[in-house]
Amino acid sequence: MIESIAQLGRWGLNILSSLGRATVFLLRTLIRPPRFTKSFPFLIKEMYNVGVLSLPIIIVSGLFIGMVLGLQGFHTLDKFSATQQLGQLIALSVVRELGPVVTALLFAGRAGSALTAEIGLMKATEQLASMEMIGVDPLWRIISPRFWAGFFSTPLLTLIFSAVAIYGGYLVGVSWLGVDGGSFWSNMQAGVNFHEDVLNGLIKCVVFGGVVTWIAVFQGYDCIPTAEGISRATTKCVVYGSLAVLGLDFVLTTMMLGGW
Amino acid sequence: MKTRGIEILVGLFLVAGILSLVMLAFQVSGLANIVGRNGYTITADFDNIGGLRIRAPVSVSGVRIGEVTEIQLNPTTFKAKVTMSIAPNQNAIPSDSTASIFTEGLLGSNYISLSPGFSDTNLKNGDKIQTTHSALILENLIGQLMYKLGPNSSSSDAAEKPK
Repeated sequence: MIESIAQLGRWGLNILSSLGRATVFLLRTLIRPPRFTKSFPFLIKEMYNVGVLSLPIIIVSGLFIGMVLGLQGFHTLDKFSATQQLGQLIALSVVRELGPVVTALLFAGRAGSALTAEIGLMKATEQLASMEMIGVDPLWRIISPRFWAGFFSTPLLTLIFSAVAIYGGYLVGVSWLGVDGGSFWSNMQAGVNFHEDVLNGLIKCVVFGGVVTWIAVFQGYDCIPTAEGISRATTKCVVYGSLAVLGLDFVLTTMMLGGW
Repeated sequence: MKTRGIEILVGLFLVAGILSLVMLAFQVSGLANIVGRNGYTITADFDNIGGLRIRAPVSVSGVRIGEVTEIQLNPTTFKAKVTMSIAPNQNAIPSDSTASIFTEGLLGSNYISLSPGFSDTNLKNGDKIQTTHSALILENLIGQLMYKLGPNSSSSDAAEKPK
């Protein structure tokens, strides 16, 4: 009895201390004198690893999600003879919800896990420790460029995803199923508001990008430096990242719709 | 050479992201169609605006010339004060025009239709449209219809004619 309560307490303390470590870690990464000229090449290299190399999966999934939305939306709207509203349906679902959420989930799987595994392996092979020995701060040299690269890449990837998905929906709806192209775009423009829909979607993906990258780099930095520890950290990165994205999506949508 | 290739790819990535934002702004959300910034505003008081929303279109003969920017309740007359923004090139609307709230299709969204009058003076910034027609509330119509079709309708229908 006492033992199980103690176990519960230990579990709670562990969660709290790892949250605390993650926050201290994030603050130590963010709050430091900027050295733009020196860090810029590292940032470019990480943008390539994290952003450019994620482009194929983002573009292909965006295209297919847009095409499926066009197909499903067409057959549902057809029951109400409202197929000319297809553009609005696709654009609103993609810009407000699917774009930010699916991009962040794919990003956690594609780039987040790679970041965790890379940093975890650096820790296991004591590269981080040797960096500190020769006087290079690993937070500045390793963590910071990766964090910022993820933070900047996610919104760009989301924008590309949304644009590709809308063209995917156009391809199926207009070119294949025969919705009128003019009413496709004009109903879309009448229904989508730049501030309420596009900018709110952009706010969402900035938040998601920050959180997913934070979880990824922290799990790598904080992992137990063994093969098993790295594998567990990579799993945790994807699981926690996806859960955080879905949970935050609900919270952010409530805030945006409720006008907090 | 390898770093240069990476730099070019990252640059292309940034350009693709910005192009997508431009596409979302103009092609998808129709940012260029917004006339609210530089148009002139006119107001109209309605008895009942039904389901009229902000950003609903304002049209003349079905051609969109502006949008609703603000809806307020007048605290003394209890009428709905609707502020509309009209595109600056549509500056020749007669001042005795009529504003009506119509519905797009049977169950569509509401919009404001202006029927031009015959006055020589035109509506200017801040002017108020005097003659207005409220939205048609479907429930009221059905209620009136039910009342008329009722069993004892023949004796009392004269007092309940719809406006």
